Amino acid sequence: MRRLASPFGIGAAATVVLAGVLALGGANEYFFFAGYVVLQFVVLATAWNILGGYAGYVNFGTAAFFGIGAYTSVLLFKSLGAPLLVQMAAAAVVTGLLGFGTGLLTLRLRGIFYSIATVAVIFIAETLMINWRYVGGATGLQLLRPAPMLPFETYTRMLFFIMAVVAVLAVAIARYIEISWIGRGLRALRDTEEAAECSGVPTLRLKLLACTISGALMGVAGAPLPMYLSFLEPASSFSLNYSVVALAGAIIGGTAHWLGPVLGAILLASMQQIVTVTISSEMNVLVVGVMLVVFVVAAPDGILGLIRKLRRPRAAAGKP
Amino acid sequence: MIFSFQLLFEAILFGILLGCFYAAVSIGLSVAFGLLDVPHVAHPAVLILGAYCTYLLGSYGWDPIVAGLALMPLFFLFGIALYRFYYETFEKRGTDAGVRGLAFFFGIAFIIEVGLILAFGVDQRLVEAEYIGKSLSFGEMRIPLRMLLAFAIALVLTAALTLYLSKTFTGRAIKAVAQDEAALRLMGADPVRIKQWAFGIATGVTALTGALLIIIGPVEPMLDRVYIGRTFCVVVLAGLGSMTGTLAAGLILGISESIVLMHFGASWAPAVAFGLLLVVLGIRPQGLFGR
Repeated sequence: MRRLASPFGIGAAATVVLAGVLALGGANEYFFFAGYVVLQFVVLATAWNILGGYAGYVNFGTAAFFGIGAYTSVLLFKSLGAPLLVQMAAAAVVTGLLGFGTGLLTLRLRGIFYSIATVAVIFIAETLMINWRYVGGATGLQLLRPAPMLPFETYTRMLFFIMAVVAVLAVAIARYIEISWIGRGLRALRDTEEAAECSGVPTLRLKLLACTISGALMGVAGAPLPMYLSFLEPASSFSLNYSVVALAGAIIGGTAHWLGPVLGAILLASMQQIVTVTISSEMNVLVVGVMLVVFVVAAPDGILGLIRKLRRPRAAAGKP
Repeated sequence: MIFSFQLLFEAILFGILLGCFYAAVSIGLSVAFGLLDVPHVAHPAVLILGAYCTYLLGSYGWDPIVAGLALMPLFFLFGIALYRFYYETFEKRGTDAGVRGLAFFFGIAFIIEVGLILAFGVDQRLVEAEYIGKSLSFGEMRIPLRMLLAFAIALVLTAALTLYLSKTFTGRAIKAVAQDEAALRLMGADPVRIKQWAFGIATGVTALTGALLIIIGPVEPMLDRVYIGRTFCVVVLAGLGSMTGTLAAGLILGISESIVLMHFGASWAPAVAFGLLLVVLGIRPQGLFGR
C-alpha cells in the first residue's frame, strides 16, 4: 500500500496515535472537554467544505444534520441501549439519506435559494423533535452514560479519542475527494454547471454524492453529543451557531484545499473556547461574527490564501 | 380536534391580521433581495435592531409609532452605508459574491444579535402605549387593537411602495436596475447610486416595521432566527420584488400559521413558514407572482 506510506498517511496515523497517548496520559480533564468540541468543529467544517467549498453549494443546514445525528443516537440508546459506535453508524446512515434528499433539491435550486432551503430543514427538524415526546420533547432528555471502554479512564477522554479518529477519517475522505476525479468534477460544476454538464461531467450524480457524504459526516459529528453532554434538548442541538461555525471555519481557513477547514476550525473553535472561559459565552458568538466578516472582507481566500500571498507576493499581485 | 366554523373563522380573521404584519416586516427584504438581488440574511436582525431602538426611545416616553418614524432616516443612512460596503467589497470585485456575500450578512446578523445581548441582556422587552392593551369586540370576538394597527400600517406601506416604484422617476429607476443593470448604465445612469438609494429605503422601512414588531409582542435578541424563515418565505412566495405579491404572500403565511396555531398548538407554528418555503422552493421557485 503506497498510499498509506505517503506523508498524509503518516501525518494521519501520527495524529491518531498522539490523540490516543494524550487521552491515556495525564492531561487536565478540561483539555479533553474543550478538545472534543474543537475536533467536532474540524469534522463539521471539513464536511461542509466537501459540498460548500468544492462544489460551491452553500449548505446552511449543518445544524440540522448535526442535530439529527444526535437525536438518532438518543433514539437508539433509549430504545435498544445500542453502544456508541452503533449509534454513530446509524447517525451516518440517517443523515446521509437526509443529505441525499437535500441533494435532490439542487436539481431546482441554486445559490441563495439552496441555502435558504437548507435553513428551512433545520427549523422543520427542530419543530419535529420539540413535538416528539419519546426523545424528550421541548424540555429535553437526561441520559445516564455507560462506563467508558477499557483503556480510557473517563468517558470524556474516550469521546475525545473517538472524535479525533472521526476527524482524521473525515479529512482523509475530503482529501481523497479533492484529488480524485470527484473533486475535479465538483470544481467544474462550481464554475459553470451547464458547461460541466455539456462536457460530460455527471453533475447530478456528483452533487448527490457530495451531499450524501457531507451530510453523513455532519451526522457522525453530532452522534456522540448526547453522551458528551449526558443531556439533549432541541434548541441547543439545532442551534444555527453550528451552521455558521462550520461555514466560518471553512471560509476562514480557505475552501480550496482540505487543510483550510482544518486550520480554520481549529483556530476558530479554540478561540471560542478561550473566550467562553475567560469572558462569556455570548462573546464567543461575537468572535465568530467578527472573524467571519473580517476574513470575508480582507482575506477572501482565507488563511491558506494569505500564506500563498506571503510566499509569492509577486505572482499573487500579478493575478487580476 | 374539534372542528367548528366559529374557530376556523376566527383563525382566518386573525391570520389576515397576522399576515399583513408578516407582509410589513418582509417588505424591506422584498426590495433588498427581491429587487436588488442582495442576499440580505441580516434583514431580520436589522428588524430586531429597529425594535430595540424603538424600545430605547420608548423608555424616554416616546410613542412607539413616532419612534419608528423618527428612526427611519437614521436606518436609511445605515442602509446606504451597509450597501456601499457590500458593493465595494463584493459586487465591485465581482468574484464569487454568492458564498462570501451570504457569509458576510450572516456575520453581520451575529454581530447585531450579540450587540443587542450585551446592551440589553437576553430578557424579553416590550413597549407601552395606550393602544397596546386594548381590543375591539364584535359580539363574541375580540380583535386586539395592535393587530389592527399592524394591518393598517402594512396596507399603507404596500400602497406607498407600489406607487413609489411605479409612478416616481427614482422608483422606476429602481425597477429598471432590477431588470437590466447593464442597460441602465448604457442610458447614462449610475446603477450603484440607485441600488444604494433603494437599499436605504428598504432599511428605513425596516425601522418602522421593527417598531411594529415590538408593538405586536415582546422581543428578545435571538428572535431574528425565526424571522429568517418568515421573511424569506414571504419574499420567495411573493415572487421576487413584487410589492402586492408580498402582501398576498404575507396573508397566505399568516392564515396558514394561524390555522395551525389554533388546531395543533403553538409548538408547531414555527415550522409552517419553513415548510411552506420548502414546498414553494421545490415546486415553483419563481414564486406565485414571479416575473
